[in-house]
Amino acid sequence: MAERVNATGHEPDGRPPIDSDSGGASAGPQPLLVARGLVRHFPLPGGLFRKSERSVKAVDGVDLMIGAGETLGLVGESGCGKSTLGRMLVRLDEPSAGEILFDGHNISTLREGELKEVRRRIQMVFQNPFSSLNPRKSIGDTISEPLIIHGIGDADSRHRRVLELLDIVGLRREHYQRYPHQFSGGQRQRIGIARAFALKPKLIVCDEPVSALDVSIQSQILNLIEDLQQAFGVSYLFISHDLRVVEHVSDRVAVMYLGRVVEEGSTADLYRSPRHPYTQALLAAVPIPDPAVAQPDSVLEGGVPNPIDPPRGCHFHPRCPLAVNRCRAEMPPLMAEGSHKVRCWVNAPAAYRSGIAPG
Amino acid sequence: MAELKASADTMAPALPASEKPEGRLRQVAARMLDSWPARISLVILGIVLVCALVPGFLVTHDPFAQDLSLRLVPPVWAEKGVAGYWLGTDQLGRDTLSRIIEGTRITVLVSLFAVAVSGLVGIGAGLVAGFYGGKADAVILRLIDIQLAFPLILLVIAIVAVVGPSLTNLIIIMGLSGWPRFARVVRGSVLTVRHLEFVDAARSIGASRIRIMTQHILPNILSAIIVYASFEIARMILLEATLSFLGLGVQPPTPTWGGMISDGRKYVSLSWAVSLAPGIVIAFVILAFNILGDTLRDALDPQFDERI
Repeated sequence: MAERVNATGHEPDGRPPIDSDSGGASAGPQPLLVARGLVRHFPLPGGLFRKSERSVKAVDGVDLMIGAGETLGLVGESGCGKSTLGRMLVRLDEPSAGEILFDGHNISTLREGELKEVRRRIQMVFQNPFSSLNPRKSIGDTISEPLIIHGIGDADSRHRRVLELLDIVGLRREHYQRYPHQFSGGQRQRIGIARAFALKPKLIVCDEPVSALDVSIQSQILNLIEDLQQAFGVSYLFISHDLRVVEHVSDRVAVMYLGRVVEEGSTADLYRSPRHPYTQALLAAVPIPDPAVAQPDSVLEGGVPNPIDPPRGCHFHPRCPLAVNRCRAEMPPLMAEGSHKVRCWVNAPAAYRSGIAPG
Repeated sequence: MAELKASADTMAPALPASEKPEGRLRQVAARMLDSWPARISLVILGIVLVCALVPGFLVTHDPFAQDLSLRLVPPVWAEKGVAGYWLGTDQLGRDTLSRIIEGTRITVLVSLFAVAVSGLVGIGAGLVAGFYGGKADAVILRLIDIQLAFPLILLVIAIVAVVGPSLTNLIIIMGLSGWPRFARVVRGSVLTVRHLEFVDAARSIGASRIRIMTQHILPNILSAIIVYASFEIARMILLEATLSFLGLGVQPPTPTWGGMISDGRKYVSLSWAVSLAPGIVIAFVILAFNILGDTLRDALDPQFDERI
């Protein structure tokens, strides 16, 4: 992962064969964003005179691809690094290592001042609708701000554009002069979505956009997000801890555990035949809205290990019902079978099982 | 949160669509004038302003003219009061009321400019410290600590004694004496706002750092700044009075409120009015500034109406 890739070189030829999605990606849409070996370490505070050598490994080597017009769902428990990953893709957080190619351009090394063009193409919808809107700005000001910053149109055309955006996200034109505190959570999330769409971006990172909302409102917002994708052809990275929400909106899903992707595949594949024991446990824990069906009390034992000092080998082995000796010693790579990738020795795809048989 | 949702979803008919951005200032002004304390404070400050601008119109006597035959005359309603000398005279037979009016200009000028100086430096330093954090924060915090380690009055006295008590010197020294507290208030407010998602949202739409600081952070900490500034004006009036009282303020014969208290102190057993009159004026002006600061803070808050 050390070599710099030039602006157009996003072919997977420089990557280790075991990691490559041979055959998988070529069948899917044109890649819009490709992340390779993304790492984010948060150093722990050191002593007075020396820097700490320990750090929280929030994201620890993630590769992912988002195709044009598709939705990639990203699921995992809180603290698994999914939000940090999303923030790195919109460059709100600095990657410690790795690279992000957007439309073939490496955007991970751009400095803050050079990011303006990228900001226009990649937008974000935030989790908390109550803190993601500036309470001192009217709705019109909030939605028109991206247009002002990027010098789009004059005051008149911006005003018209904002009214249009209010229509698109299902708010009324009279809302233009109102302030955020006059709106409900769902309405505020619509405002945040209007702001994200103002610049006509190609990719929107949705960081748990509905988890702060009432269930009844959630589906409205999810439908809005899907409708807007139909209308404008944007791609989404949809981050959530709610597996049913992710299943509803995603074309493909990646499951994260402790800073790494442990399984990735098309939504249908992954939900029908999950390979990684962690994914299996997550799916088994999804509540079934039927009182006649018995649900296990707790599928997984123990808690998420300390990300400062993750376990050797497979990070999941202390909680894994299938763990064998090799899992405790050696970190499994992401092994692909078609477009379905899994990071597990025990449930590795057949092709790998013959080649690298468990010891 | 639940009640917010309920009320907002079934929100009353829309506000008139004619509301334009300039309506906001008018709205703030209307809210300001909505309470009696604020109105009275505005009247007091209006009088102060007139006194500061055109003292010549209001004085009944030449504030510098001495009349040794009428020394330490009590106020006009007292037994030995003399008609025309409404608040009596001082030890040199000068009319107290005229001197208070004449002194307004210097006192107000020095205090306002001193707050402007400390505000400018303090807000700038506090914003940078709070927003950038890291080394900038550490350096600014150390500077604040170093200055706050000196007792304020003592520090000002020492510097005034060295550079001399000219009007400009006083403004700058008093101003710089106040910036560390200002910076701390601002820094603390910035820290509470900086990590809110709307700041990230501003970054994600491409806002520059300057824009984030001035458009997103500053408006959200403005109420804290305004309230603190109004207290600072009051404190600066006191500081100026203290310096004048100690003989390090604006030099005689130019009247200032603090200087008048100082002059009257020696004769307080003979005539209480000489000290008390400017003292009462100081008290009311400070009160007016504080009330106005409070009102302005509430009026600037878009959620004002709902909170009552």
